Amino acid sequence: MADDRPNPSAPTACKLWLRYAKRGKLRFASHRDIARLFERAVRKAELPIAYSQGFSPHPKLSWIGAAPTGTASEAEYVEIGLTESVEPDSIAERLGSALPGDVAVLQVVTAGEGALADRMLASRWRITVPVPDDASLEDAVAALLDAEEVIVPRRTKSGLKDIDVRHACVSIKVEPVSESFPQVSGHVAKQPPGEGVPKAPGYGILEVVVRQMTPTVRPDDVLRALHVVTGHEWFGGPAKASRIAQGPLDDAGQLVDPLVGDRMSST
Amino acid sequence: MSVSSVYPALEELLPRVSKPVQYIGSELGATVKEWDSTTVRWALMYPDAYEVGLPNQGVMILYEILNEIPDVLAERTYSVWPDLEELMREHGVPQFTVDAHRPVGAFDLLGVSFATELGYTNLLTALDLAGIPLHAEDRDDSHPLVIAGGHAAFNPEPIADFVDAAVLGDGEEAVIELTAIVRDHKHEGREALLERFAATGNVYVPRFYEAGYDQETGRLAGTTPNRAAAPEQVSKRTTMDLDQWPYPRKPLVPLAESVHERMSVEIFRGCTRGCRFCQAGMITRPVRERSLQGIGEMVDNGLKHSGFEEVGLLSLSSADHSEIGDLAKQLADRYEGTNTGLSLPSTRVDAFNIDLANELTRNGRRSGLTFAPEGGSERIRKVINKTVSEEDLIRTVSAAYAQGWRQVKLYFMCGLPTETDEDVLQIAEMARNVIRAGREAAGRKDIRCTISIGGFVPKPHTPFQWAAQCDPDIVDARLKKLRTEVNADRSLGRSIGMRYHDGKPSLIEGLLSRGDRRVGAVIEAVWREGGRFDGWHEYFSYERWMRCGDEALRPHGVDVAFFTTRERAEDEVLPWDHLDSGLDKQWLWDDWCDALDEQEQDDCRWTPCFDCGVCPSMGTEIEMGPTGRTLLPITPV
Ligand code: SF4
Repeated sequence: MADDRPNPSAPTACKLWLRYAKRGKLRFASHRDIARLFERAVRKAELPIAYSQGFSPHPKLSWIGAAPTGTASEAEYVEIGLTESVEPDSIAERLGSALPGDVAVLQVVTAGEGALADRMLASRWRITVPVPDDASLEDAVAALLDAEEVIVPRRTKSGLKDIDVRHACVSIKVEPVSESFPQVSGHVAKQPPGEGVPKAPGYGILEVVVRQMTPTVRPDDVLRALHVVTGHEWFGGPAKASRIAQGPLDDAGQLVDPLVGDRMSST
Repeated sequence: MSVSSVYPALEELLPRVSKPVQYIGSELGATVKEWDSTTVRWALMYPDAYEVGLPNQGVMILYEILNEIPDVLAERTYSVWPDLEELMREHGVPQFTVDAHRPVGAFDLLGVSFATELGYTNLLTALDLAGIPLHAEDRDDSHPLVIAGGHAAFNPEPIADFVDAAVLGDGEEAVIELTAIVRDHKHEGREALLERFAATGNVYVPRFYEAGYDQETGRLAGTTPNRAAAPEQVSKRTTMDLDQWPYPRKPLVPLAESVHERMSVEIFRGCTRGCRFCQAGMITRPVRERSLQGIGEMVDNGLKHSGFEEVGLLSLSSADHSEIGDLAKQLADRYEGTNTGLSLPSTRVDAFNIDLANELTRNGRRSGLTFAPEGGSERIRKVINKTVSEEDLIRTVSAAYAQGWRQVKLYFMCGLPTETDEDVLQIAEMARNVIRAGREAAGRKDIRCTISIGGFVPKPHTPFQWAAQCDPDIVDARLKKLRTEVNADRSLGRSIGMRYHDGKPSLIEGLLSRGDRRVGAVIEAVWREGGRFDGWHEYFSYERWMRCGDEALRPHGVDVAFFTTRERAEDEVLPWDHLDSGLDKQWLWDDWCDALDEQEQDDCRWTPCFDCGVCPSMGTEIEMGPTGRTLLPITPV
């Protein structure tokens, strides 16, 4: 055995918080897929990762509210436990080269006070919505914001649950409808959909700040809420969405970088 | 002509299907090349779901070998589930590769690896989605050459209408040879290429052969070449000196969960134990071992590259490697304290096998051990040439329990030639004895034994190729009696688990395994009625296979039973007689007679050659150690 091999039975000496993006095709990876990917990348990069004790030890990676399967994200977070302290910068580099290009390590800091999850009070989502000619995304959003509550049923582990999407939405901004094929952050669509794909007349882009609740309100729920308030079928379809940011909300209802104030090390 | 990605169109469909991640590729180790910078392009298919197909070693090896050639491009494609198939048809999205999402129809060659015949309907789905005519005779120069490989290619007659060619035996050198032919002679067109393929002597081009039938009996009269380029006998290829072929060097690591969450290293190929039911053992002779050094390097490189946590040391019977004891010890030493798991899929019933398992689980968990006696009675074990006495088995299993293993799995087959109810019921007796001895050896009651039973399917190129397949009703009745017998003794029975499948899928597998060209119409009829994913019980329809079977075979005066439950005569022409696995047909017949006489056959690795025919006819020889060499130290990074 090589002497410089990490010793997995050693206790956690250092905790890091890491922000990463999942982009492009990787938006279809589930949280479990991403978790497996990181576990392998950590081994491949030979990081001094701490392992849990017990029969089947697994690397200490604690996940904070992963973006749902099918959505992209620029703001995913994970806490990593290491057996020795390591320069956060070098982790970003070593881990980054062991991960596929569509998963980018954006920021690594030494863990700060408290639990990182407690700082994640809201998310900003960018959602691309197909919009038929006779409909107005602005009107739909206004109707949603005007409502007292908008209840959407959601399938959870314990059956169908009603969630109030209106309550979760802190703000919604509409970008003008574009005629061109949409771009979800990180994924550059080189060409329009192939032949045979029904031509969508246009697209609108929503920027929605969603408060963290249980169960979590997802981009699809926002679209279903728009469907509820307008009756338009087209809001029910699958959306392309990307999480732009996650973090605490300030007094003005604005999202704040959750790692601001912790030892910075942007890559 | 450049080919563009279908991904933008596919991307619109993926949010609507289950587990979309299986269609995006992006595996670690995947290769994407520029289309225009290559001259020969292969699409490689494993005709099952991604989670099953991705770990397939054969496809992984050929993928890497082909992509190492600078002007060759190889991409992979797998079967899409019906939910995506429907959307692809609706939106005009063709069968695609997962690497660069290119349309399969645009490639020069489509190589399909069949581990089991139950993938045949999935082949048709893929061809149809790719826009490739189902029948080889309807294709033109714009379509890929469709090449079958894998074990099922040793009797490709049931899919003769659908494939342009079949490659027999090991694929490493074959794909390189076919690539060279396509590179140099592409311009000559499809027919000329196939003639050049056929002229190699290792590639079977079904439409260069005529199959004739006896009008009265419905039996095959012969399969003979209809042109000069096609040899009378097509022989298999054998890759020698595995150390020269250390593939996969970069095992593919999927994003999606797959059936094997580990990397595999093939420690040897071939097997001469001579189990008479085992097609793999018969068609992959002789034994060719990889050296300890070669294995050590592959394990080290593979782990470093992949980040996998577990390595499987693969082969048909891994404990039989001549230096397996040293290998296990040296690997265990090397990876001690690293959370790296080592596994050896071996089912040999002896104490040595437990020593190996102990070594490989030094600091890990001792959960379960698997042994494969295959037959319940000593008599039937002689018939199948799986020589192990009941005492040996009990001694072995007791030792396992005594050394801390809590769970023992025993594999059996049901429906074997000459089998009676009594042979099968003895499985229960064996399991009870295992529990009795195990409780005593372990000094505790919470040990378990699971008996797992598969239906026997007679396969081409084995001594059982002449055997009558057992009727599924008889198999099911025997298993039912066995279950009653297991449960008869409550106190022992509750420590015994029983796993089995009903016998019906086995009968269809039998039809497809030993069928001739007339079975092609059955496959097509089943597929046209929606048959897909026949290896998955939630999709498999026995009723549909039997109905389509009777309808499609009736005009030929034969039926499903003709191909399955009918015993063949010594002088009968078999549909694969012109396909040479090296085994001497007379030797196989003698071995079949020995089986009926309950005579056993030794292993040529430890006793003199018994003239099965393979080595002289294929120009091969046994390649095995011990070499006495050891694992090289791993290079620190
Ligand atoms: S020809 Fe002889 S040595 Fe070769 S596999 Fe057959 S029995 Fe073994």
